[in-house]
Amino acid sequence: MMKPIHRSSWCLPYVVFMAIFVVLPLILIGFYAFSDGNGHFTLANFTKFFQDKDSLATFALSIEVAIENTAICLLLGYPVAWILTNKKLNKSAVTIILFILPMWVNALMRTLATAELFTMFGITLGKGTLLYGMVYDYLPFMIYPIYNTLQKIDPSYAEAAEDLGATPWRVFWKVTVPLSKPGIMSGIMMVFMPTVSTFAISEFLTNNKIKLFGTIIQEKIYASMWNYGAALAFIMLIIIGITTLLTNNDSDNQVEGGLI
Amino acid sequence: MANHIIDIQNLSKSFGGKKVLDNISFYVRQGEFVTLLGPSGCGKTTILRQIAGFISPDEGCILLDGNDIAQIPPYQRPLNTVFQRYALFPHLDVYDNIAFGLKLKKEPQEEIDKKVRKVLKLVSMSDYEDRDVESLSGGQQQRVAIARALVNQPKVLLLDEPLAALDLKMRKDMQIELKEMHEKLGITFIYVTHDQEEALTLSDTIVVLNEGKIQQIGTPADIYNEPQNSFVADFIGESNILNGRMICDRKVEFIGHEFNCVDEGFGDDVPVDVVIRPEDIYIMNQTEGAQFTAKVKSCTFKGVHYEMYVETENGFELQIQDYNAFAVGSTVGLVIKPQDIQVMKKERVCNTFDGTVVDDSHVCFLGEDFECRVPAGLQSGAEVKVQVPFDKIELLDYQEDGALAGEVHFLLYKGDHYHLEIKTDDDDRLWVDTNDIWDKGDLVGISIAADDIKVIA
Repeated sequence: MMKPIHRSSWCLPYVVFMAIFVVLPLILIGFYAFSDGNGHFTLANFTKFFQDKDSLATFALSIEVAIENTAICLLLGYPVAWILTNKKLNKSAVTIILFILPMWVNALMRTLATAELFTMFGITLGKGTLLYGMVYDYLPFMIYPIYNTLQKIDPSYAEAAEDLGATPWRVFWKVTVPLSKPGIMSGIMMVFMPTVSTFAISEFLTNNKIKLFGTIIQEKIYASMWNYGAALAFIMLIIIGITTLLTNNDSDNQVEGGLI
Repeated sequence: MANHIIDIQNLSKSFGGKKVLDNISFYVRQGEFVTLLGPSGCGKTTILRQIAGFISPDEGCILLDGNDIAQIPPYQRPLNTVFQRYALFPHLDVYDNIAFGLKLKKEPQEEIDKKVRKVLKLVSMSDYEDRDVESLSGGQQQRVAIARALVNQPKVLLLDEPLAALDLKMRKDMQIELKEMHEKLGITFIYVTHDQEEALTLSDTIVVLNEGKIQQIGTPADIYNEPQNSFVADFIGESNILNGRMICDRKVEFIGHEFNCVDEGFGDDVPVDVVIRPEDIYIMNQTEGAQFTAKVKSCTFKGVHYEMYVETENGFELQIQDYNAFAVGSTVGLVIKPQDIQVMKKERVCNTFDGTVVDDSHVCFLGEDFECRVPAGLQSGAEVKVQVPFDKIELLDYQEDGALAGEVHFLLYKGDHYHLEIKTDDDDRLWVDTNDIWDKGDLVGISIAADDIKVIA
């Protein structure tokens, strides 16, 4: 008689997939980061980074650009999300699609097109165009989770606040914003994390004038400096890990934020 | 007018073309406990939300202390609401929820502390200040919601079905507490509920609503003892609603017998509705001295009393409540005292529709052409009145089998038949007497025989 297949064995394909495509690469990054060309353990890759002024400067710039991009996306995205949820201002579901639509087009293509537009209008490529491109690429990732959370907030909370004497402005700051915090956190993570590691946008939109951390990693790997490149990638992972932990501390609300 | 804190005048409101409130007028006196009572969808919450300011009336006005408050936004109205699902802010603890309104008014911290503590004591929730609102039970959340509203010392407290989410025992306890709070604080309460028992227990005045119209305004005793129409009689408490005929002043005939009553002014030989509460029918074993006799059909113990259904010798079924049980199958004598007979004017005695003549054998009404006898001399296109007796409309199981499709909207048991209100797809109403059993919401086909349609020029 055949033994019935236990339900837990159904997840085996996924375990294999995760092992090959997620866990193994992580182990490899770790292995390369902490070893020299001959596979011996060393911290030299890290000391090299912390002594290299250029790399450190690029690293600082990357973080700076990522923070700026996230801040601009939040400032632009929150009002948009709020307007989209407000039934008086937005009567059609099509508007939200219009904001999400760019996400359906490959980011590289959008970036290349943006670069072409700048060239056409004779705008010098630099930090301004870089930020423009980043905001353009990542804004939907900020809007959507915030929109999602705002939409799920029971309107009776706002009514209750108004009933207790809050002007619409106060209702917004004392009720709507605090209750949409999970969405804001999701948005920040979804914008900040990929911006730290991006390299294509800076390459196309600044003609490689501005190098970001992602660019450096890419260059090192291309130049066959696998161990150093892996160490840099490792550092970036740590940074992303820290941001995730920081934004994730009211974890029970996180699910509602909905990473799409 | 002097002590009317709230005056509602000719309020109307439509949502998407559907009228939810139709010319509502009533007033609330200072310190009064007024309940808006009605089935779901009757417009009671819409009235409350208009008083609170969340929606504005299409027509009519709301006066607070004699001043129209139409232009005052909700955050400036000296009223506070207890919401149906409490709407406690999940990101704030109990203290901050209650202090929300006081902080907005920028009251000094020690004043806020004092008030929050006092109101928490009032709702028996001291020591819960630091609790997360989501960790509280439904009853506790309810208390916090009441405290959050009361702490602002509103002129009027608006309560939107505040006890609907609680279980029966808790609801009863909270009813008593609410009543005590109302008496202690002297604040005017406007309370919305669909629970007639709750309304009778709590209120000074009840406003009964149905389909956006006021059915009756009165004290609980008035509403219970002297319902003004069959809707109120049926909605509030148990009742026997019967077709009757006013013979003359103080004399009414129903279930085939003549009774003395105390009602006057209906005119002679006028059809009326008669309401008799089940506890107002006196039941005894001997038939001597009884006004009429009946056979006991069923007898159920209900805790305090027995509920019995009896059938009179001429086939009317009556519901009776008594402390004593009577054996099923036995013949009993029954007495109804004059003051326990509530006579109501009939809202209608026949279906009457506006119609137009199509040809010499068809008339169009309710949006359909019906075959019928058209009186001679009427041209096609002439405006006529069409009458159809209640018992001449046939209801069919399948909508597509009828000339018209409709839905059973309201039903009354009249002792020996059912009186139904049917709403057609075009929102027209017609009334049907039938012996068949239908339920509210049943979809029916409507058919009318040609001979039963009376056309009046």
